[in-house]
Parts: sequence; C-alpha cells; structure tokens
Amino acid sequence: MSTAQQGTTRVSAGTYTPNPGAAPLSRMIAAQAALETKMLLRNGEQLLLTVIIPTLLLVLFSAVDIVDTGDGKAVDFLAPGILALAVMSTAFTGQAIATGFERRYGVLKLLASSPLPRWALMTAKTLSVLVTEVLQVILVTVIAFALGWSPHGNPLAVLLLLVLGTAAFSGLGLLMAGTLKAEATLAAANLVFLLLLVGGGVIVPLDKFPDAAQSVLGLLPISALSDGLRDVLQHGAAMPWGDLGILAVWAVLGLGAAARFFRWE
Amino acid sequence: MRSEPVVRIQSLVKRYGTKTAVDGLDLEASAGITAVLGPNGAGKTTTIETCEGYRRPDAGTVRVLGLDPVAQSGELRPRLGVMLQSGGVYSGARADEMLRHVAKLHAHPLDVDALIERLGLGSCGRTTYRRLSGGQQQRLALAMAVVGRPELVFLDEPTAGLDPQARRATWDLVRDLRSDGVSVILTTHHMDEAEELSDDVAIIDAGRVIAQGSPEQLCRGGAENTLRFIGRPGLDVASLLKALPADSAAAELTSGSYRVSGKIDPQLLATVTSWCAQHGVMPDRISVERHTLEDVFLELTGRELRG
Repeated sequence: MSTAQQGTTRVSAGTYTPNPGAAPLSRMIAAQAALETKMLLRNGEQLLLTVIIPTLLLVLFSAVDIVDTGDGKAVDFLAPGILALAVMSTAFTGQAIATGFERRYGVLKLLASSPLPRWALMTAKTLSVLVTEVLQVILVTVIAFALGWSPHGNPLAVLLLLVLGTAAFSGLGLLMAGTLKAEATLAAANLVFLLLLVGGGVIVPLDKFPDAAQSVLGLLPISALSDGLRDVLQHGAAMPWGDLGILAVWAVLGLGAAARFFRWE
Repeated sequence: MRSEPVVRIQSLVKRYGTKTAVDGLDLEASAGITAVLGPNGAGKTTTIETCEGYRRPDAGTVRVLGLDPVAQSGELRPRLGVMLQSGGVYSGARADEMLRHVAKLHAHPLDVDALIERLGLGSCGRTTYRRLSGGQQQRLALAMAVVGRPELVFLDEPTAGLDPQARRATWDLVRDLRSDGVSVILTTHHMDEAEELSDDVAIIDAGRVIAQGSPEQLCRGGAENTLRFIGRPGLDVASLLKALPADSAAAELTSGSYRVSGKIDPQLLATVTSWCAQHGVMPDRISVERHTLEDVFLELTGRELRG
C-alpha cells in the first residue's frame, strides 16, 4: 500500500481535488422539482391515482346515469368534482405516499445532508405537485369539453380554490407522511382518498346524505373544494367565500401541524 | 505535521430515551483517512451522524471543518460528502439519474460519466434503484458522496456486504480521494479494512473511544507480540531470558511448548535460534504472532470485535 505504487495505478491525479460548493438555489430547486415530477409520473400506482381514476370516473359517470346529479348535464356537475379529486389525488394521496417512502428509504435524510436546504426541498415538492396538477387540469378539461362541458364563472376564483385546496391537502399529506410509518401512510392515504371520494361531494351530491351528516361532511376540505368549484364553474358564482374560508382553515391547520410534527427520518 | 483537525469531538453524549448511545466520547481526526472501528452498537453511526448534523448532541461539542454541524449546517453541508449505511435513493430512480441529480446540487461536480465508469455503475443501465444488487446500491451511494468534490467524506460501513473485488475497488477509490487531498472518515467493524486503509484508527466501544492511533501504533502498543516454538521439555528458560533484550519475557507454557513475548523482530528471532543451537535444541514449529487490531480490541474489552 505504498503511495508511490498507487501513483502509478491512478487514472489521473487530481480528479478528486476538493472544490466544494452549492449550486445556485434556483438550479437546485428546478432540478429537485424535475426529479420529483419524473419519479411521480414514472410510478404506476401514482398514475392510477392521479390520472386513470379521475379520468375513468369522469367518463363513466357522465356517460352512464348512475348517480342523480340534479338538473343539467351530468358533466357540468361532475367536472368540478373531478377537478377537486385530481387536486386531492396529487397534493394529498400521491404526495403522502411518495414522501412517506422517501422518508422510509432515507431519501429525505440524504437530501438533508446535501447542499439543498430543507425549505428548498419543500418548495421543489410543491412545484412538482403544481406541475402535476396543471397536467391533470388540462387532461380533465379536455375530456370534459369532449363530453359537452360548459363551464362558467371567474377563472381567478377557480385558481384561488385550486391553490388553497392544494395547500390544505399538501399540509395533511405531509403531516401523514412525516409522522406515520410508510406502510401506514400508504394504507391510510388510500383509505382517506376512497372515503373522501364517496363522502366529499365529488361524484355523489352531498344532499344525498342525511342532514346531520351533510353539515359535518360539508366541512371536509374535499367538500369545500368540490362545492366551491361547482359554485363557480356550474352556477357562475363570483367568489365562494365560505368554501375558501374552510380550505384556508384546513391549510393553516395542516401545514402548521406538518411543520411542527414532521420527522425527517 | 498534524494539521488542523477535520473533526473535533469533545465529551459527546447522545441518548435515545434511556439508552446512552454515545457516552462522553472524545475524538480528533486529522486530514487523511480515519477509521472508526468498533462492534455493532458501539456508537459509531451515532457519532458520525452527529458530525453530519443529523443528531443534536445531548452534551459536548462537535466541530467539523471548524463548524458546528447543526447551527452552521448551511455552510458545512456543501463541503461534506455523506454515504449513509443504506438507502438514500428514490426507489424508482436509475443509478445514473440519481447521481446526475446529486451532481446538479453542487457547483463544481465531478464528471459523472467518468465516475460511473470508475465504479462500474454503467452496467446498471435503466434498472431502477430498488432492483439494483446490494453491491451496486453501495457503489452508487459512494459515488453520490464524492460527486460534489467535498473536502471531507463520511462513509458509514462503505464495504458492508460487498464481495472482495468490489471491496478492493472501494478501497482504491478511498485511497485516491486521500491522495487528492480529500479527508475520509469511515466506520467499519472489519479490522482488516481499518488496518489496510487508514492513517488513524479510533476504536469505539460502549459509546467511548478506548484507543486511538495509527494501526501500527495500536498493534504495537496494546498486546505484546509473541514467538512460539516447540522444544525439549524442561529447557532453562532463565538462561534464554538472559540472552533476550531486557523487555522480553519467556515461559514454558505446557511441557515442551515455549513462548517468548516482547518486540519480535529478526534480531530476536536470531537470538532465540542461536540460543537453541548453543543448547543443542531443535526448535520446532517456530511461529510468530503479530498482533492485529482484533487482538487489541480483545485485550481492551475482553470481547471479540465481531460478536
């Protein structure tokens, strides 16, 4: 193990000479967001959740009259609900499961020792969720138009609802991912997805439930999001303040609790 | 020629609940390769992870490159390379994809393609992380630790589970890092790894450093080395002892089985054989035992290192 001997076997001396430094923040965040999005779009289960299920539900329930969606075309009722579902599937279920396993497999831990600050990692995750949602909204919108959708209302109100909904669901998803075991997160996130799909006014109108249940279900973030989107897109409401308020409360609670209780390992 | 230490740990205490993982540990590591050697559960990983900023000390101080790993984490992290004991990669990511990503987080990364070739990761192709072999996962983790051209690299059990060839390749890379001026701190419970690679070894047991020095110093300083031979029973051990250097010892262990201990060098071997010649003894089965770190550990703790 003499140094001279190593010298002769070296490919090129000086290759590893230290030259440390963090990349510019914007480059790190962009790279991280791109990788997170790629991982999400490559994952079959995630695609089932974020693309296939919302699309199938939209097409199926628009074409077949299973649920009484009230007056007007079924798609006018369904499209806003499916948009809400898309937000929930990405910001909550998808993000919770992915982050839970990243935590379990030490990805979060490794990144915590990289030059990427934690807040920048969370920013990248949010960007990745937003990019995915934009793709989902485009897909759902195109399909809904093909099914004869005629939306109304203020695009700004829609955007505000989507953003607040994303914040609320991200907080809850990260809270789950950062506190439970990965397997528990997987199970719970899917279960919650299913329950909120049924009981959150996505495809089944809330007025089909008993009065007592309605007042509780109406406070769920998914109900507020689907109801708010429906108010604007189906009924042309200007600004659904009540639903926005519910989502804001969930966002503050969820993100606050996630920030407080999230464990990186 | 000891330069400013790259790691300085003073009186570190770290508890998990009621269990004390690190119990008043002092450690200074200079530039070069430092091996932290000890049995499983000795506190190696906790110590390293405190240096990496993952754990907050319950007591004591830790400085890495002169910085506080928790309070000055933002300044320190770009200068470090970290290889975790396992994991750290998106299960759906390919090896080259993950390595390129870590490279993008650094300002002046290594040439990723050259590193992939150097560590034989080219054969991973489009395979995602979860389907790579254990050895491939280890090599990827090593590559990720060095790709940012750090000043100091922490390797937690870098060769655990590797076949001998992959182990050699890892050792070669670690030596190249050192020749290029990168400091390396690695944990291991393989004493041969510590002996082969390191300039300095810190032996950890029960959350404390129980010995530190170069492998040669430790092997010399701990137990004495021995020479054994078989001869006629009842040789005059006192006469043999007179012929030997002052700090030696000699004894007939069982009938006809002799042990000489002390500084075993060619001179001493010659002294023993010439004494035997003078006394008409044919020394049979002469054997020399030089102590290994394993022996040092056994001597210090009364226990085997692996066990």
